[in-house]
Amino acid sequence: MAHDLGFWTLQALNALQLSMLLFLLSIGLTVIFGLMHFVNLAHGSLYALGAYFAASLAAIGGYWMGFFLAPVAVAGVGILLYSGLIKRMRKSGPMAQVLVTFGLIFVLLDLTRIFWGDLALAIDAPALLSGRLTFLGIEYPAYRLFIIVLGLSIFAALAFVLSRTQIGAMIRAGVDNDAMASCLGINVERLFFIVFCVGCALAGLAGVVAAPLLSVTPDMGLQILIPTLIVIVIGGLGSLKGAIAGSLIYGFVQTFGAVLAPQLASILIYALLAAVLVIKPVGLFPAKG
Amino acid sequence: MKRAILAALGLATSLAVPAAAEEDIKVGLLLPFSGVYAALGNDIEAGFTVALEQFGSEAGTGFEIVREDTEVKPPVALGKAKKLILQDKVDVVAGIVSSGVLGAVRDMVHGAGVPLIVANAGNDDATGASCSPYITRMSFSNGQVNRPMGQWMYDQGIRKVYTLAPDYAAGRQMIGGFVETFTAAGGEIAGQEFTPFQKTQDFGPYLAQAKASGADAVYVFYAGGEAISFVKQYDSFGLKADLPLYGSGFLTSPLYVNAEGPAAEGVITALHYVPTLDNAANAAFVAAFQAKTGRLPSEFAVQGYDAARALVEAAKTGAHDRASLAEALRQVSFDGPRGKLSIDPATNNIVQPVYVYETVAGENGLTQKVLAELPAEADPANGCEMAPVSN
Repeated sequence: MAHDLGFWTLQALNALQLSMLLFLLSIGLTVIFGLMHFVNLAHGSLYALGAYFAASLAAIGGYWMGFFLAPVAVAGVGILLYSGLIKRMRKSGPMAQVLVTFGLIFVLLDLTRIFWGDLALAIDAPALLSGRLTFLGIEYPAYRLFIIVLGLSIFAALAFVLSRTQIGAMIRAGVDNDAMASCLGINVERLFFIVFCVGCALAGLAGVVAAPLLSVTPDMGLQILIPTLIVIVIGGLGSLKGAIAGSLIYGFVQTFGAVLAPQLASILIYALLAAVLVIKPVGLFPAKG
Repeated sequence: MKRAILAALGLATSLAVPAAAEEDIKVGLLLPFSGVYAALGNDIEAGFTVALEQFGSEAGTGFEIVREDTEVKPPVALGKAKKLILQDKVDVVAGIVSSGVLGAVRDMVHGAGVPLIVANAGNDDATGASCSPYITRMSFSNGQVNRPMGQWMYDQGIRKVYTLAPDYAAGRQMIGGFVETFTAAGGEIAGQEFTPFQKTQDFGPYLAQAKASGADAVYVFYAGGEAISFVKQYDSFGLKADLPLYGSGFLTSPLYVNAEGPAAEGVITALHYVPTLDNAANAAFVAAFQAKTGRLPSEFAVQGYDAARALVEAAKTGAHDRASLAEALRQVSFDGPRGKLSIDPATNNIVQPVYVYETVAGENGLTQKVLAELPAEADPANGCEMAPVSN
């Protein structure tokens, strides 16, 4: 087999693209988790909802309508979940939270099946991004590059907000020590609400950008949940750095594992996860050092 | 609605043959109506109902349907099969989508002596090493629909092929069937990969491998959501021009092809049924199915349709109880939408033609252009030692 430089560049881009998709999902989940110790296992279902909303909106007004409106719609679902369920569950401990949000996965799964049916849906990439770009001697689908650029931009924007703005400082304070943050006059409750909505919107956005690449099926939320949780556990809870590092590690291990050791591809990431848990149980870059 | 139709059907038949004082044949329909295979279960049931509406009156008896949802879980399905057999006392069971579920209920139906008409599950073993005189398959076996493609592709001048499939029994059997005949014809396998089943969404890494392998073509088996992702990603990498995509027909099934869109154009696959087959039985089936559902029938729909048709044919011979139905089902043969069908007495597996088709753009979206009809061949016995029906 001819594995030249172009082949490895191509695989590196594949890895980066998978990483960025996982980053969009894990950042929301990890900050919600870090900030309020709230385990929202239904985060993957919000990703699936994002894809379904995008499929419906794209049928009306094309891809970009789905791209801009579906995350908003998912954030709307997030607000409903927050006020109806999650606010009440805040103080009830991790076991109850896990059980309730796990149940929520099945509720949302069945709701998507009732509204959109059992058949898989699909969205076409927008005309602008449907071709391929040639650079560094390889051809790569423009849409996958778009996902990479989008992921990196959102990472940059979040890094800026978290490290340079006041709300970022408040979030960091809340993640580090929420009791002290409340004492300093930060409304942790409202902060959490905002972060929760942004996290939901990002999960929705991940669903939208994944839709043209993958098929839109009711169980796509379940499928993505495990990788997302692995990313968070490897990266460490509550931190932006942890989310991006975990995503990159997952993306590269998964992609290069599939190429170099296909028989081991499906267990490689679990082996790595176990190693991280043994050596550094809090993850590589946890928020609370 | 469905119940009303069946009731009307029963009424019509009882009016037509008042002499037949016998009770209706009780049919247990064991299909997934929820979970990832729900779409398949619904299609099979729709086909089943259409056939009973069309042919039920010929049977000389009515049919009472009891439906049970297997989900996709073998333990659930086993419980439902027990309920149908012991509590409802059905005369015959039909359905079963997943091979795992078939494996779970196999001993139950075999031991109880209840005939089972398999309307999907393609596991080669079900009509091989673990065959049973009570299990008749009206769908396909994994090897059967792929084997003819090996010789056909070689005849098209293709010499080196890279194969891809999900890493589970069906994936390995489908690819195994193709590889067997392709290498026997003189072809070479340039590389093979089995991707983690239901865990692979991004095929990018594998596609780059296939491209680097130096193959003339790629042969794959994927179904459902994986098929959609695969076909779209294959196209987005621009591979179709240099490395034509072939595969098992489930890849571009009518059920999924619309979601695949233009990416599916030009993909050549083989299957036992496509809705564009040109014969009278198919024309009647497509019209009736469309009138009922508003969709074109898929291969799953035709399997449900032919399963019900086989049941009617068996009932026509006067078979009514479990043992006589099991015996009659094994001797069923008729001209259906798929062409001439019969049951191989050695394995109880269906013998049917396989069609090579290309997905092309038609007036109302994508359609299937049949390129070749490959002759029906019975599967090798594969370790099956068929015992006689005994009850």
